[in-house]
Order: sequence, then structure tokens, then C-alpha cells
Amino acid sequence: MDITRRRLLALLPAAAVAWEFVRAGTPELSPNYKTSDHWWGMLIDITECIGCGSCVRACAQENDVPEGYYRTWIERYHVTDYAIERPHVESPNGGKDGFPLDQDPSGKNFFVPKLCNHCADSPCTQVCPVGATFVSPDGVVLVDKNYCLGCRYCVQACPYGCRFINPKTNTADKCTLCYHRITKGLTTACAEVCPTGARQLADLKNPKDPIHEYLRTHSVQILKPHMATGAKVFYNGMDGSVR
Amino acid sequence: MRRAIPAPKVKLLFKDIEHLLRLAAVMLIAVVAFVVLRAAVVPKSFGQYGHYRGDAIAEVAARPVAHAGHEVCEGCHTDVVDQKKLGRHAELHCEVCHGPQGRHADDPASIKPPLPDTGVICARCHEANSAKPRSFPQVASADHSGGLACNTCHQPHRPKIQDQAKPATGAKR
Repeated sequence: MDITRRRLLALLPAAAVAWEFVRAGTPELSPNYKTSDHWWGMLIDITECIGCGSCVRACAQENDVPEGYYRTWIERYHVTDYAIERPHVESPNGGKDGFPLDQDPSGKNFFVPKLCNHCADSPCTQVCPVGATFVSPDGVVLVDKNYCLGCRYCVQACPYGCRFINPKTNTADKCTLCYHRITKGLTTACAEVCPTGARQLADLKNPKDPIHEYLRTHSVQILKPHMATGAKVFYNGMDGSVR
Repeated sequence: MRRAIPAPKVKLLFKDIEHLLRLAAVMLIAVVAFVVLRAAVVPKSFGQYGHYRGDAIAEVAARPVAHAGHEVCEGCHTDVVDQKKLGRHAELHCEVCHGPQGRHADDPASIKPPLPDTGVICARCHEANSAKPRSFPQVASADHSGGLACNTCHQPHRPKIQDQAKPATGAKR
């Protein structure tokens, strides 16, 4: 086949795509990490949270989260008197810059950090039409961004509002529980920078993890238990007004 | 008795269903094409663990780490560790205030982290707010310091002022 200018121009993009695949290769998990040995979750102690926003900033820096989008965020609850069903909730810039001084110190005020609950029976993975999001064998809900179409079904399906469409990639994005860190033996970025230890990474399959003792001895709750999502983010000291 | 010749009989058998055979041939080609195309298009690792691409797990895990983690920091900055464990910031990890230092940890010689501004950093945690737990130390910074940087009086690694006057060995929290 003669290589004419036209044919060469047609071939170049195809070659570029092919080369991209060759160069990328197939990454491998750390050799010491076995997915079958872990079942990840998180523990959040609301009584310890000071709403400093360190977790939100660290998450954005660790995971390159675009401005105005949040994989984790902090809500400030304001509950007056007995109005437990009508809390006033605010989260300015996801709590990234901390919280402005409250004008109404009466009633009950507290912070609630939120993130993906890494549900064992997650509604978001069930609705994906192409198998681009899934619960990994170690219990982390992940998105395959090379496979995601950006159809937004999962964004609608998450009862906790934890997913968004990343404007850079136009694919679904969410908390990975810092999967690139926990598979290397590190804790998540949010737990690493939490100054009061209000956030703790928990391995529910590790019998030596202090989570087991904690769950036995504390009144912990999960968010929206009536939805039977099998959420694995446990909250200590959670008020009844938290949605 | 004459015996029927088999050949014409077969021909007779297929005579009226020739169009069905053609249809079957077309369908067979379609099935083969589907199987071949599917094998070519669906990634090898799809279905390895479930209805998703198994390789995606390792791809997510391949992301570089931005926060080095306090164990890495403490490997070199032992003097700061010694200071910190005497005060109330003992449990505080380095990157809470100093920000992500993964690049500094990889190349400590050429990448130097900037010094944090205590006026901003300290207030993030210690600015008074009724939603913070009562027991947490809080100040209204405008009244407390009148705009002075916090490290004018407090040493951030060991913040209680009277701590710093005492010798390091006998100090109480």
C-alpha cells in the first residue's frame, strides 16, 4: 500500500490511540495487598468533629477534586428546641474554608462530616447499565472511569448524594476511600489530617482493628438505615435530626 | 418392486425449506460475528470478580499518593516529634497544618514546603463556634490576639505557653 499524505493523516490518530494503550500497560496492585483480606469502612465520631474543613481540603488535594465538587463535605446542623424533624443544615463550600461564625448559638449546633458510605448493597452500582461502577472485593465502591458513559443513573440512585459528574472527565466521580492509599498500607487522606481523630479508617475483616471494640461499646448509627444499603460508614453520637 | 432413489427424495425434502436454510445460514453468520466481535471488544478482565472490568481496581489504586503520612515525616523530623509529644498537639499529624507533603517526602532536597501562616491555620480549628464540642479549646481571635500571628506567643508544635518556659524533661501537659 502506498503511503500517501491522505492515508498517513488517517493513520496517525489511530496509531496515537494504539500507542496510548501500549504505553499505559496494565497497572498492578501492591504485591502485599490481597483484596480478599479486607472489608473497608469508616468510623466518624460526631462528638469530636470541630468543622475545621481539613478533611475536605485534603481530599480535594489528594484526589484532584474540581473546585465546587466534593467527595467529602461537612454539614453544620442547627436544631432549635424540639424541631428535630426540621433541622437547618448548611455547608458553605462543603466546609472547605471552615464555617462562618454562627449568628444563632441557641438550640443545638454540631458538625456532620459526610462521604460515600461504601454500601455493601449499594443502590448506585445496581443501576449502572455498563458495569462501570462496582463494589470491589474489599468493599469499596469504585468507578471505572474508562468504562463510564456519564449517564448519571448512579448520581440519581445514591440516597446520600455522594456522587457527581466530574466536569473534566465527564464521568461519574466519588469517594474511593483513598483506594490508592489504603492498598499501600496508608490511611485515607481525610483520616490522616483529621486533627481530633473524628475520622478513622476501619477494616472490618481485620480482627485486630479497634473498630470491633468500638462498635461493641458505643451507640453507633448509619445514615438512612431504612434504605437497607448496608452502609459501612458508622457514626458515633449522631443526633436524630441528621439526614 | 421398485425402490425409491434416495437422492431425489432428499432434494424433495429440502425443496420447500430452502429459504429457511438460507435464513439459518444468515443467522449462523450473525451469531459467529457476534461471538467474534464480543470477544474482541469486551476487555479480558471483564467478569473477573463481577459485572465489571477487574483491571479497573488496579487502575484506581495506581494513583500517586499526595499526603505522605505522619510515619514518613517522623522518620526524619525527630526533633519535632520530641517537641510535639510534650504538648497537647501530640496526636496531631504533620500534614494537618503543613498540607500534603508527598512530593517533599520523595525529594526532600529540592522541594521545600512553605511555612504555614499561623494566623490562618490555627483559626481553622480554634476559632470559637457554638457547633464545636464544648471541651475543645476555642478563642475569638479578634479579642484574643488583636490580629497578632499566633506564633508570636504560642509555639505551634507545643502550644501551651507555660510549657515552653519549663525544661523539656519535667514538663507537664
